[in-house]
Amino acid sequence: MSEHASPLGGSHSARDRRRRALGTLFAFLCGVATLVGVASLAVLLWDLAVDGFPSLDGRFLTSFASRMPERAGVKAALAGSVWLLGLTALIAFPVSVAAAIYLEEYARRSWATRLIQLNIANLAGVPSIVYGILGLAVFVRTFGLGRSIISGALTLALLILPVIIMASQEAIRAVPSSIREAAYGLGATRWQVVSTQVLPMAMPGILTGTILALSRAIGETAPLIMVGAVGFIAFTPKGLGDPFTVLPLQIYNWISRPQAEFHALAAAGILVLLILLLTMNAAAIILRNRYQTHR
Amino acid sequence: MATIYDIDAGGRAPALEAREVSVFYGAKEAVRRVSLVVPANKVVALIGPSGCGKSTLLRCFNRMNDLVAGARVEGEVEFRGKNLYDADVDPVEVRRRIGMVFQKPNPFPKSIYENTAFGPRINGFEGNLDELVEESLRKAALWDEVQDRLNESAYALSGGQQQRLCIARTLAVKPEIVLMDEPASALDPLATQRIEELIYELKKDYTIIIVTHNMQQAARISDYTAFLYMGDLIEYGPTESIFTNPREDRTEAYVTGRFG
Repeated sequence: MSEHASPLGGSHSARDRRRRALGTLFAFLCGVATLVGVASLAVLLWDLAVDGFPSLDGRFLTSFASRMPERAGVKAALAGSVWLLGLTALIAFPVSVAAAIYLEEYARRSWATRLIQLNIANLAGVPSIVYGILGLAVFVRTFGLGRSIISGALTLALLILPVIIMASQEAIRAVPSSIREAAYGLGATRWQVVSTQVLPMAMPGILTGTILALSRAIGETAPLIMVGAVGFIAFTPKGLGDPFTVLPLQIYNWISRPQAEFHALAAAGILVLLILLLTMNAAAIILRNRYQTHR
Repeated sequence: MATIYDIDAGGRAPALEAREVSVFYGAKEAVRRVSLVVPANKVVALIGPSGCGKSTLLRCFNRMNDLVAGARVEGEVEFRGKNLYDADVDPVEVRRRIGMVFQKPNPFPKSIYENTAFGPRINGFEGNLDELVEESLRKAALWDEVQDRLNESAYALSGGQQQRLCIARTLAVKPEIVLMDEPASALDPLATQRIEELIYELKKDYTIIIVTHNMQQAARISDYTAFLYMGDLIEYGPTESIFTNPREDRTEAYVTGRFG
């Protein structure tokens, strides 16, 4: 045995203790950093719940906006948000996934695809108001779609397109190339490889990316103001050409009123928005798990 | 210059014939003007040190190199009187008739049944799929072990079983030639032995070209052996001659374990 050998747990030199203390300190600081996020969320939720819960009842959900706080509700805004989100998903999802498949499975690696790639990454960082201006110029004016729910959905779809494309590309890239080779080796065409192997394996990642992007879209206000979402509306959308409002806009509208009653309504509106968001995220997780276990 | 022995194909047309095949990755020439004849219903082993181009050459035989960006193939590979690289040849069709088993078992994340049935399904098979799956699994000597759990995930199988499943999957498409790229290199000795026995059985119905790192394996299972070195075919002939009486110094040095 060497002379340095000592039984386990026997070394307690000063240097050793200092080393261990540093480790503990670091762990503590990281814990605090985590708490900053969690705690502020908890405080925010608590504050909102105290302000908003008294107003959050069936009447609030089934009433339209009103000048009188006791009769005002979020029906139009909630319906608008749900409509808008559904349409946005319908437009953005197929386009993004197709673009991601093209870039990953079909396009040759060249300077042109690299340029496209770079542009997509840049687009994901463009402020949303810019998309609003684009939507106003292209959909509202040029295409003559007017200040309608379809203009809003198209604008939001453009906004989240790069995010979903990038998430989908990542998911497609994560499919092992050995799986592609196996399928090609059995005489599969490119389309068969993509549709039977690559897409099913990438789908959980693609869905997660889509839901995260939609969560961003649901909170957007600025681009929707640009394409003409209105602050006060007394009916729910019946078709693609109808005017609309959304929850964030309704909340903003209530917050900017002087009466305290409206501020309570705003808090209740935020709760509705949060519940909608959490429901969507839960749906995404369930969908994802189902996809994963059913393979 | 390469030493190529006269190959006695028993009066039958060869299953495959490579003529002056070169493969380039960008400017790098990975395989240099290789010519060899593969007789039908025989096992041909491609041996050589890492990076000698044996896997690259194997992938020329069912146009898998088409999928590698920047890879370019020159020369001809004749199969059934037709050059695989002719403009009117569909690589998808080529891969249906010349199947491939890869180095690492790569089953799909699906059930054992679905793995075996995948090839026939995508190729529009219109017969009794259950029968075909059973027949393929039997040929791959896997049926007895999995017949009661065809609907379980392929990932629940051991590595050796997964590789036999991959072989069954390839056989289900009814190929004429089976290419194997070091099919046993990721397996333990027992699983390797089973694969080798399987290859011996399979050559009754198929022509097999196998890349292997393992010289003993090549000596055990193959009828003909091609030794490649740095992209060149050095010697090609009956396995016995290559291992017991090689004509090229480099072949002898390699098969006796002096380098590689």
